[in-house]
Amino acid sequence: MQTPDHATLPPAFFAPGSSFSDFLAQHAPELLPGQRAVAGHGSTPIEAPHGTTIVAVTHTAGVILAGDRRATMGSMIAQRDIEKVFQGDEFSAVGIAGTAGVAVEMVRLFQVELEHYEKIEGVTLSLEGKANRLALLIRNNLPMAMQGLGAVPLFAGYDLEADSPTQAGRIFSYDMTGGRYEEHSFHSVGSGSVFARGSLKKLYRDDFVESDAVLASVHALYDAADDDSATGGPDLTRRIYPVIAAVSADGFRKLSEEEVAAVTEQVVAERMTSPGGPSAPLR
Amino acid sequence: MPFGYVSPEQIMKDRADYARKGIARGRAVLVMSYADGILFVAENPSTALHKISEIYDRIAFAAVGKYNEFENLRVAGVRMCDLRGYSYDRRDVTGRALANTYAQILGTIFSSGGEKPFEVEITVAEIGETAQEDQLYRLTYDGSVADEHGVVVMGGSADTIGAALREGHRDDIPFDEGLRLAVRALGAADTETTRTISAEQLEVAVLDRTRPRRTFRRFTDAQVAPLLQSS
Repeated sequence: MQTPDHATLPPAFFAPGSSFSDFLAQHAPELLPGQRAVAGHGSTPIEAPHGTTIVAVTHTAGVILAGDRRATMGSMIAQRDIEKVFQGDEFSAVGIAGTAGVAVEMVRLFQVELEHYEKIEGVTLSLEGKANRLALLIRNNLPMAMQGLGAVPLFAGYDLEADSPTQAGRIFSYDMTGGRYEEHSFHSVGSGSVFARGSLKKLYRDDFVESDAVLASVHALYDAADDDSATGGPDLTRRIYPVIAAVSADGFRKLSEEEVAAVTEQVVAERMTSPGGPSAPLR
Repeated sequence: MPFGYVSPEQIMKDRADYARKGIARGRAVLVMSYADGILFVAENPSTALHKISEIYDRIAFAAVGKYNEFENLRVAGVRMCDLRGYSYDRRDVTGRALANTYAQILGTIFSSGGEKPFEVEITVAEIGETAQEDQLYRLTYDGSVADEHGVVVMGGSADTIGAALREGHRDDIPFDEGLRLAVRALGAADTETTRTISAEQLEVAVLDRTRPRRTFRRFTDAQVAPLLQSS
């Protein structure tokens, strides 16, 4: 293919390839999140706001992803209405835990990565392909993670190539080194994840519809906030509720504030009489 | 001098003739404003090799001529816009900047001695908040840019098709009516016989002001076919 040698754009613009992060690495590496590890800073942790708990729950028609609204810096609440659940593309969502600044930038790059591929190739990536791209972005952030500025996303999407819609909602979790693990039914990441996972273990059913998954996720976040100081509970006085995204055959949808408020108020009302939440039958 | 003297005027004229001939050989692409945005219609039987593409939220690209040449420019345009949007903000990506870059690339190649000129013609279209803010930039093989309004037709028989299209066009034409008008105009390319063009031979897309964020939308043959018949 003829490339314009004397053109006004550098050769990277005409090089083959359909990945935006690969293009950045070639043309503007300073814009890649992982390239900014501070020299000589060793392993002394830098104080920066941290995002906390994200939960993902599959159901018979897709998957939902929910996150609390708190960011902490040490024992201080850095922000009480941070948003940690984002749209990946038309059929995926990504939630973030870890150093907020790094994580938000990683999500921005991920969003452009997916859109860029779609525009260049004319087709969307497979769900596995998207999950693998995200793993690569996390791996590239390893130098920052070594300095304590790590970010761990939770990725959820609707697999258009799945055998049946009941198996189309899929969840992928990651570790700091870019390891990618597929999770079944439900998962949670962040400081309150231990409690959220325990909660979901008791609440999850195979025949969940979307509204059940939403309700279970709000209960799980409530339980996380109940026992983890870094996870924010629903703030009824300021009307700050979890952010919930639903992905189904109809695509990505962020639940409106009214919808989440209704579910959250229902959960809080139930907890007035039973603070521990719904109890599972023992026998 | 073994080959004699050729004047710069003659060199440029030869290069222009060369590019023009290449462009006129291909089927036409037309770009027109309609009630909700900008409509693109191309005669293109391939469903994989596009002549019309999304560049950014509110910007699209239409081209005629040599596929590998305009594909190269399209990819560079997507990279340029995505880079801008990533390092500044999505709202800072403009069609004008893209059109300027294309103009410089095409102009440089056209006037450089070594390479052959690109045999392409491109339209960069951008929708604004209102129809008055819509922009259509038409770029030719030598890097000239024209700021067009309402209708742009590129490729073979562009003049005939343009005349047929302008007759029935108005800026607030509804989508269905605009599409039928466009297809009729494409069919009027050969003056003796009017051809009927089926949905399978068409590539149809819009920049739709009513859509959130990414306004570009491509129509499948199955979506286009019923719209053509309901006249």
